[in-house]
Amino acid sequence: MTIDLPPAGGPVGGRHGGSSADPIAALDDEAKGLSLWQGAWQRLRRNPTAIAGALIVLAFVVIAIAAPLLAPYEPGSAEWSGEVTPTSVPGPDSDHLLGLDRFGSDLYTQLLFGARQSLVYGVVSTAIGLTIGAFLGILAGGMGGKVDTAVMRLVDIMLSIPSLLLAVSIAAVLGQNAYSIMIAIGAAQVPIFARLLRGSMLSQGRSDYVLAANALGIRRRRIVFGHVLPNALGPTIVQATLNLATAIIEVAALSFLGLGDSDPAIAEWGRMLVAAQDRFDAAPRLALLPGACIAITALGFTLFGEALREALDPRTRR
Amino acid sequence: MTLSRGRSLATVAMVTSALILSGCAESDRDEGSGGEDAGGSSTFVFAGSAEPGALDPVYVNDGESFRVARQMYEGLVGTVPGTADPAPLLAKDWTVSEDGLTYDFTLETGVKFHDATDFNAEAVCANFDRWYNLPESAQTDDLTYYYSVIFRGFATGPRADAALYESCTADGEDKATIKLTEPFAGFVPAMSLPAFSMQSPAALEKYQDDAAADPRTTEYSTARPTGTGPFTLGSWERGKQVTLEANPDYWGEKAKVDEAIVVAIEDPKARATALMNGEIDGFDLVGPADIEPLEEAGFQIVNRDAFNVLYLGFNQKTEPLDDVKVRQAIAYAIDKQEIADASLPAGTTLAKIFMPDLVNGYTEDVETYDYDPEKAKQLLEEAGAAGATIEFNYPTDVSRPYMPSPEDTFNVVRSQLEAVGLKIEPVADVWDPDYLDKIQGTPAHGIHLLGWTGDYNDSDNFVGVFFGAETAEWGFTNEKLFSDLAQAKGIPTPEEAKPVYEQINKDIMEFLPGVPLAHPVPSLGFAENVKGYEASPVQDEVWNVVSVE
Amino acid sequence: MLRFVLRRLALMVPVLVGLSILLFAWLRALPGDPARSLLGQRATPEGIARVNEAYGFNEPIVQQYFTYVGALLSGDFGSSIKDGRSVLESFIERFPATIELGVTALILAVVIGVPMGYLAATHQGRFLDTFVISGSLLGVVTPVFFLAILLKLVFADWLGWLPTSLRQDPRIDATHPTNFYILDGLITREWDAMYDAGLHLILPAIALGTIPLAIIVRITRASVSEVLNEDYVRTAESKGLSRRIVSRRHVLRNALLPVVTTIGLQAGLLFSGAVLTETVFAFNGIGQYLFDAISSRDYPVLQGFILFIAIIYALINLVVDVAYGVIDPRVRVS
Repeated sequence: MTIDLPPAGGPVGGRHGGSSADPIAALDDEAKGLSLWQGAWQRLRRNPTAIAGALIVLAFVVIAIAAPLLAPYEPGSAEWSGEVTPTSVPGPDSDHLLGLDRFGSDLYTQLLFGARQSLVYGVVSTAIGLTIGAFLGILAGGMGGKVDTAVMRLVDIMLSIPSLLLAVSIAAVLGQNAYSIMIAIGAAQVPIFARLLRGSMLSQGRSDYVLAANALGIRRRRIVFGHVLPNALGPTIVQATLNLATAIIEVAALSFLGLGDSDPAIAEWGRMLVAAQDRFDAAPRLALLPGACIAITALGFTLFGEALREALDPRTRR
Repeated sequence: MTLSRGRSLATVAMVTSALILSGCAESDRDEGSGGEDAGGSSTFVFAGSAEPGALDPVYVNDGESFRVARQMYEGLVGTVPGTADPAPLLAKDWTVSEDGLTYDFTLETGVKFHDATDFNAEAVCANFDRWYNLPESAQTDDLTYYYSVIFRGFATGPRADAALYESCTADGEDKATIKLTEPFAGFVPAMSLPAFSMQSPAALEKYQDDAAADPRTTEYSTARPTGTGPFTLGSWERGKQVTLEANPDYWGEKAKVDEAIVVAIEDPKARATALMNGEIDGFDLVGPADIEPLEEAGFQIVNRDAFNVLYLGFNQKTEPLDDVKVRQAIAYAIDKQEIADASLPAGTTLAKIFMPDLVNGYTEDVETYDYDPEKAKQLLEEAGAAGATIEFNYPTDVSRPYMPSPEDTFNVVRSQLEAVGLKIEPVADVWDPDYLDKIQGTPAHGIHLLGWTGDYNDSDNFVGVFFGAETAEWGFTNEKLFSDLAQAKGIPTPEEAKPVYEQINKDIMEFLPGVPLAHPVPSLGFAENVKGYEASPVQDEVWNVVSVE
Repeated sequence: MLRFVLRRLALMVPVLVGLSILLFAWLRALPGDPARSLLGQRATPEGIARVNEAYGFNEPIVQQYFTYVGALLSGDFGSSIKDGRSVLESFIERFPATIELGVTALILAVVIGVPMGYLAATHQGRFLDTFVISGSLLGVVTPVFFLAILLKLVFADWLGWLPTSLRQDPRIDATHPTNFYILDGLITREWDAMYDAGLHLILPAIALGTIPLAIIVRITRASVSEVLNEDYVRTAESKGLSRRIVSRRHVLRNALLPVVTTIGLQAGLLFSGAVLTETVFAFNGIGQYLFDAISSRDYPVLQGFILFIAIIYALINLVVDVAYGVIDPRVRVS
């Protein structure tokens, strides 16, 4: 389930209002003596959606890391299960900021630790996808010919199965635990990164710098690591950010399908959502809060990723 | 904020369009929900939790397949309505010989199968012989579980010498004599199971193939079930519904509705909502959270008498569960009332032994281990197991009649055990096949939640199944218990068996292979205009008595 | 043109071959031996021996692969562990439901999405534009099953306006020649059945179609806006051609190209979404069947269905490529 899209419309703010992603801006960068990154930073700073996205991401990361400090109780403790009945789940009170969940744990604690789980799953799976995908992409783009065709066929095959089903098949083989989820979701991201890096390799292969370097006899590896990769860094980071958003949603989907990590002591938003379904009448917050958390977090990453993309590539495509 | 405005505008748009559509929808729905359509015929729509596996009851062993089978087929023996006790059905009467080996059945006369052939003693023997002579390819637990359990062996195959069935002789039209190789007090009650329904030999000959690679997919098993019951098969549209039609030539009380439709809705809450919206007339397995809301909205909740037991099992191959003091400590740490209040439906009775009170041999004169956490801690100290780590297995993604929400139950028990200092290592598995395989097929588990709904009224069907031999589930060897149960199984009559089983139950609770928790009450939900549904503890529910007004 | 299509078809072949190898390897990689995975609970020693014989699991692995492919090509995709039915039959039975749902969702997404994207692009910077961008962003990040659960709970449970489950009211006695319920209603002129089927489609289609809708809105907006900014459009406008004429002729035609490509990509999204949506609404399509197969570890079904879905997905992309080639001749030459 990729939400990878071209930028939403050309210049943000329209033809009338000057805003960050103005075609003239790139020229301004050089004129001001700024690198691409410094220029991007300036544009980001002035873009309200970028700020909003960045704030959400920051909040998410801080909560995820600081969960043990912020949470009043232990996760998944089910200590107050005696207070829960099939038709009522205690709501917010002085001891429990958001009330209990249906198993008798503190809902606020569960949500906080759920952030941590999402961050771990998201980061690790994206890292896996990135590493393997980048490797394949560089290999294909760099070596060309038969290797390129072979790698791209492999990528096509992986893309021929919807990513959720791919994740499901892998989880079936590896079992129902945290590692298999991360590998499964990471595997679904490999084709995206492979294509990205291959494209980067190919387009830069024709650039003047590389042609000159080749002519001068500089070793290929130096060209790749010294020039191509740094130039590909921007789009890769953008893609990684966007993929993180997707990864967070896919983890929840896998839980919904019953393939998630089943250890009840580990709080996970997707699982909380699944468990809350039959108590929706009694306590809608049990479903609404985790769902909102998933959506808002994914939103933050998406906003930031897209704003970053625009900031790094201010010219409209094609 | 634009975001929230955007959202609310979208909601308004959705609501408006739904409003427009629902205006038309309401009137259409009113026509349907009365159970009457234009032709003046009446229909009963029932939602189960899954599709049937096949329509030949010999080859299935799940409640949904049986539900459909009960409408079309009948066995020699039925049940007294609302109980688990055997009652005459296709057999008017029966006698047992002194040695318990010969059963003489006197059959109803004038009964015809759906294909208009006669039901008679010859047909009875054709059925018994057919089961006994099933080919080895059909002798797997997945296909013929009930025959294996009751009759223990077939004519061929690895357990041929354990076979309980010897022969069947037809005497005239209405007398059939069954000879067994050993006495078995549960034989007559067992004949009420759907697996032992009488099927038309002619139809079987024509459409069934017991030697097929998969006999569940033959024409008989998918489209031509032929029994004697009050309904015949109208059609089975896979993935949609089973349509049953009233049998106008039925020998007993003819069906009050013209048509019965069975659909499958997996999620209990979705079933409840479908009932509330008038999409169905009734459903089974009401989730505990839906009982009150349904009652408040004016729907009927019909309870089945509990014929089940939910228990916490111990695997004595895993330390420290092999120490009886530890097992007792766990029993004392458990507050059964809290478990029932938090995770089981209203009306659930707490369990004292491993069988419900309807079963022969029930007694409450046993060691009960009432809730006493202090004593639990003390026993753990004595056993040197204070603070021990115990693996706790439970299933996910399932709702059984005896265990409607396993995760809730698990959480309550876990917090009770942790309160006496034990460390719990939770291990969750998907019900089918992982959990069942693990618990019943391997020794790799600690304490676990499981249960059992009885199929027919026989003590062996509970405690014999659990504790009759060494199993991977319980992991113990107790020769005395094994031989007591084996002996009890062979007692010819229930009256003689009663005191024996009472003593066995006492012994079991001393030995404490597990803690029986409760007898949850499974319920069905019906619309207001559905009358006459008789709930049965063993799910012997035939719909000819149901009317939809 | 024909050569273009044939070339595309030829490209599909190595992908499918590779996929079959992967699936073959997947079955071997599952925990336990493959005969056991196929038989499930019925795995008795005799049964295992039989399966090994029939499927040739005792043969060298390359030969096994060819036996497998041979079976596939002759239409034998295996049988379900749960009820013994042919995987192919089950797929064909349930596929129309998912197609109906997917097509409805896609139509919703296109019919609402394209105009919205267009309007947003032509009103850039104003309220409508911001509303559309925010709305579509939300649509993209909301998990499908969360939306499905919400819709079901609000519209079916609380309000009772729409049905919660199944494809049709069981009491309506409808004939289904094609198993596409809406089409069936049209063919047999059973209007009440068709209407009822339509009602049952609404909520699942909205849930399933929201993400594609959001994506189509954004792509349309982006692509229309791009075209609007191109020089020749500005030139035409400055020459005095009315906005409307300029729009229809130039903008729409060029702007729709990326939308067409996206539709092909959406197919994958729709399949995954269908698994989740159908389960929530008990919708009896391949999505729900797949979900059941996952829960009960029915590997033959999983293997067969994944292969089918991949083939269909590849075919859809082929159609999209061809459509693209028709619209934009430049593509055919490359």
